Amino acid sequence: MLSLHSISKDYRTGAFGGATMTAVRDVSFDVGVGEVVSLIGESGSGKSTIGRMILRLASVTRGKVTFDGADISAYRGPALKEYYRDVQGVFQDPFSCYNPVFRADRVFAMIKEEYFPRVPREEWAEKIEAAVEAVRLNPGEVLGKYPHQLSGGQLQRLLIARALLLDIKLLVADEITSMLDASTRIDVLNLLADLKARGLGVLFITHDLSLGNYVSERTIVLRRGSIVEMGPTNLVFGNPLHPYTIKLLDSVPRLHEKWDVDAERPAEPAWAVEPLVEAEPGHFVAGYAA
Amino acid sequence: MSQADQISLPAESGGAAPGQPAAPAPVAARRGGDTLYFALRNKKLVGGLIVVLALLVLGVVGPLVHTNSPTEYLGTPGQSPGGEWLMGTTMFGQDVLAQFLHGLRSTFLVGALGGGLAAIVGMAVGFVAGYRGGLVDEVLNMLTNILLVIPTLAVLIIIAAYLKVRGVMVEALFIGFTSWPWAARAVRSQTLTLASRDFVDLARLSGVPTWKIITRDIAPNMSSYLFMTFILLFGGAVLAAATLDFIGLGPTDGMSLGLMLNNAVRWSALQLGLWWWFVPPGLGITAVVGALYVMNVGLDEVFNPRLREM
Repeated sequence: MLSLHSISKDYRTGAFGGATMTAVRDVSFDVGVGEVVSLIGESGSGKSTIGRMILRLASVTRGKVTFDGADISAYRGPALKEYYRDVQGVFQDPFSCYNPVFRADRVFAMIKEEYFPRVPREEWAEKIEAAVEAVRLNPGEVLGKYPHQLSGGQLQRLLIARALLLDIKLLVADEITSMLDASTRIDVLNLLADLKARGLGVLFITHDLSLGNYVSERTIVLRRGSIVEMGPTNLVFGNPLHPYTIKLLDSVPRLHEKWDVDAERPAEPAWAVEPLVEAEPGHFVAGYAA
Repeated sequence: MSQADQISLPAESGGAAPGQPAAPAPVAARRGGDTLYFALRNKKLVGGLIVVLALLVLGVVGPLVHTNSPTEYLGTPGQSPGGEWLMGTTMFGQDVLAQFLHGLRSTFLVGALGGGLAAIVGMAVGFVAGYRGGLVDEVLNMLTNILLVIPTLAVLIIIAAYLKVRGVMVEALFIGFTSWPWAARAVRSQTLTLASRDFVDLARLSGVPTWKIITRDIAPNMSSYLFMTFILLFGGAVLAAATLDFIGLGPTDGMSLGLMLNNAVRWSALQLGLWWWFVPPGLGITAVVGALYVMNVGLDEVFNPRLREM
């Protein structure tokens, strides 16, 4: 459904834009129908930039992104609007996603105004209620409120409900649980599982390894803008082959044991751009030598 | 803190969205009430507003009630105030009161037109440059900077000198088209910070066209700022017009406060002791511009809780 063909993103830096900084380097992967793919990486690894490029909020410097076979960079005006009917995003910080001077349900009103101008008012109100109930919120409690009167979890779920109004095929979920506490986080994750059952593809961008493991079928580990390891989640987590992935997995705090300061830890591997090699069926590792 | 501050605008719920349920709005009422509450208790704002409104009424209604022509020679020259001529007559027997009332009217006209025009151009340039970025921003910013460093008054003098017949409207147009650059820069910088907020991205994801994002998402977040920009431009336009009039480049077919001052100086009213000829226009200009600036300080306090005196 969605394919990234070795996309790169350069940012111009320096006083006169002379130098460039490569945020994303030759990244290729696919997201299929009804598939949850998690994109894991530390801060600054380019994972959010990839999400923004898929959503056309950032331009692609090299390579191309295709959706159902068509290059999305060619979309302008109405075509881009139709693309957003299929692909939507939910961002990390629910508080900044709402215009503070308006009521929170304005995010729904925008969708109606742009995509369903002819739907009667009552029918639309029912649709909103259904979408809000689908994200396990009580419509009476959340509709008609201002953003600061709602909690982060409620706002985040309203954003997901907003995406659902469009009957989308792909959701780019950029760190959607990082602002939530543990109990609401589980709610949102279960919601994602429901969406998957409905046939929705999800690109789950996160820095949290356990979350990635929990929701996704395939995992992509990103380091400094390039993929270091990619494959089915059970293979990447069960048999990590790249030193960086091993180090990353070792850094996850465990619930049942204290952090041992003196224990031997795998060293941070040196960084180099290496080609992806298929180590076992479907499991790709950068610079892997069998 | 900053997010909560910006909510306090009464105009918000009106243009919100047609699809919105007519929700119970106790909160909105309270919040709009908040702004009004502080606005009505702000002495600077209320005082400035009273002065400006009083002068505005004088300028609009005055010429209708006191129908003497401001330019015709009506009475004995050089009459002091009192008696038949409430504010005296000029060296030529023109009615100073009529001149003052017509002058006030044209002062407000120049201010509203010139200031309004400058605000519109400045906001348009600032919003587009700040939102679109890239090459558009570079070009617009270059234009703004060029206009900013041009000595505006000198250009106005040259243009005004070339035109044989000048009305108040033409003067307002000149002033409007030359005083927008600082407003454009201010709006641009505000837009730059607002455009990087997530809610703008969300609006783009909702297929909202650019102009709608600017007018419905970005502008409402800085409406207090835009309002104050307009007030400052209004005051600036009044001052610029007075300057032009005073050096003799004012309207050729009308009356303005600056023109009164210009005539008074040309016919040595000061030396001859005709104080009623030049004191009213001077006071009038000072009162209008001063009251506007005091209002601006008051508005700043109303919109920015940190400046409120409590």
